[in-house]
Amino acid sequence: MTDAPPKIRIRDLCKSFGSKQVLDGVTFDVAQGTSCVIIGGSGSGKSVLLRCILGLMTPDSGSIEIDGENILTAPASRRDRLRGEIGMLFQNAALFDSLPVWENVTFGLLARKRLSRRDARTQAGEILAQVGLDPSVGDLYPAELSGGMQKRVGLARAIAARPDMLFFDEPTTGLDPIMGAVIDGLIVNCVKTLGSTAIAITHDMASAQRIGDQAAMLYQGRLVWQGSANTLMDSGNPYVDQFTHGRREGPITMELRR
Amino acid sequence: MDMALDLVAGIGRATLSLFRVTGAIALFALSGLSHIVRPPFYGRVFWGSFLETGFFSLPVVALTALFSGGVIALQSYTGFAQYHAQSAIAGIVVLAVTRELGPVLAGLMVAGRVGAAMAAQIGTMRVTDQIDALDTLSTNPMKYLVAPRLLAGLVALPLLVLIADVLGVAGGFLVAVVKLDFSATAYITATLNALKTEDVTVGLVKAALFGFLITLMGCYQGYNSKGGAEGVGSATTAAVVAASILLLAFDYLITDLFFSH
Ligand SMILES: Nc1ncnc2c1ncn2[C@@H]1O[C@H](COP(=O)(O)OP(=O)(O)OP(=O)(O)O)[C@@H](O)[C@H]1O
Ligand SMILES: [Mg+2]
Repeated sequence: MTDAPPKIRIRDLCKSFGSKQVLDGVTFDVAQGTSCVIIGGSGSGKSVLLRCILGLMTPDSGSIEIDGENILTAPASRRDRLRGEIGMLFQNAALFDSLPVWENVTFGLLARKRLSRRDARTQAGEILAQVGLDPSVGDLYPAELSGGMQKRVGLARAIAARPDMLFFDEPTTGLDPIMGAVIDGLIVNCVKTLGSTAIAITHDMASAQRIGDQAAMLYQGRLVWQGSANTLMDSGNPYVDQFTHGRREGPITMELRR
Repeated sequence: MDMALDLVAGIGRATLSLFRVTGAIALFALSGLSHIVRPPFYGRVFWGSFLETGFFSLPVVALTALFSGGVIALQSYTGFAQYHAQSAIAGIVVLAVTRELGPVLAGLMVAGRVGAAMAAQIGTMRVTDQIDALDTLSTNPMKYLVAPRLLAGLVALPLLVLIADVLGVAGGFLVAVVKLDFSATAYITATLNALKTEDVTVGLVKAALFGFLITLMGCYQGYNSKGGAEGVGSATTAAVVAASILLLAFDYLITDLFFSH
């Protein structure tokens, strides 16, 4: 690697809720224009990690640098601006249910006055087409969509402003395998053509390998493994092996009763 | 001994948490107010909440005012029947309606309708990450969600109360003329004589404050709700209860301030 600072640089990030330590010293880098996939069991803190980077949650300690600038100590206005450079797909899509789909998709563009409301409707149609939705979906309300369609609208909203950074919280969960592959392709495309830097959380190993350059596994608040995404299936790491192959026996003990 | 200590500790804790909540609400209110006057402005959202708070509350508020004006006329008739019933009743109705019944009843009705709806709407947005999503889309949720609603409350309630005043007096008039056989012209003259600008203005000031309190509690409870659908449910209840109590408390304070001497 060169000496240019990584796009996203995270050091010793800790976050706990009450007595529950969710992140316990997470450290990793994501280089400009690459994508990093994060895997890990349910409740291991993947969504919390993304929320910390987005500034929606404040970590207890550690640092988060974007382009070499520590965003945790930056002034609020600067953080707001940085947040505007991140497109986020939330785990449950989080569409605005009082607005029609087209307004959801172009919300960020309208907010930044990059678009007039009149042009927004057509623009929304084009963005929807990219995620495999018919432009006529634009006139529906989120409650009228299936779960998978909501996810794709959420994705459309995240990529609409062609942001510098893209975060995906389980982009393909709830989609059929074909649409899942289409979405993966779209994400890869965003990273390749826009030069965006991406972090994706996923439980789907095929998807992880399609999307990711790098991969990391979160377990008990720490990254227990980091490596190239195409070595996920034969990483030689006992945690990753157990996770990717879905074995019941291994170092990971599911805390079913806690 | 132990029990006494527990009691003191309990009271201390309750007092502390009261202060904390009061402080949090005050900060929330200040932040909301400061966003009302700083651009960008979300006219569309304001207009929506204005219609919701004002226009769609009209039927409820109108009926409430009409009936309570009527009831006041009826009640004071039974009390004053022998004496100068006509002018006394008109005076009592207009005073009660413009000073108290108009603002308070309209406020309580709107608290039940709009305060609850706002808490539910914003609370749902909170628990489904929509508020976080606003943040990631270059939109300040305080500015987008809270400020327009506060403004809508401030503007809509006085208008509603103005209408409630008119209808409350009309309710009294109807009862007096139709049921109690009073002369219509005499009743109207007595009403106009008893009508004071100050009463109406203070009533409207109350209304603006109530509108602010109602929307504030709806927004605050919704904004801070957590814990899924159940959390939204309790936020809704809390918003209505808190708004109603605050409304009556401030009603007392303002009345004391303007009318007690
Ligand atoms: N706002 C919060 N308050 C308290 N605890 C929280 C909060 N958010 C998350 N947690 C806790 O943090 C832990 C990690 O949550 P997180 O949502 O990051 O899991 P996840 O890895 O995304 O899981 P999944 O794959 O199921 O989405 C959970 O145990 C959860 O209970
Ligand atoms: Mg999650």
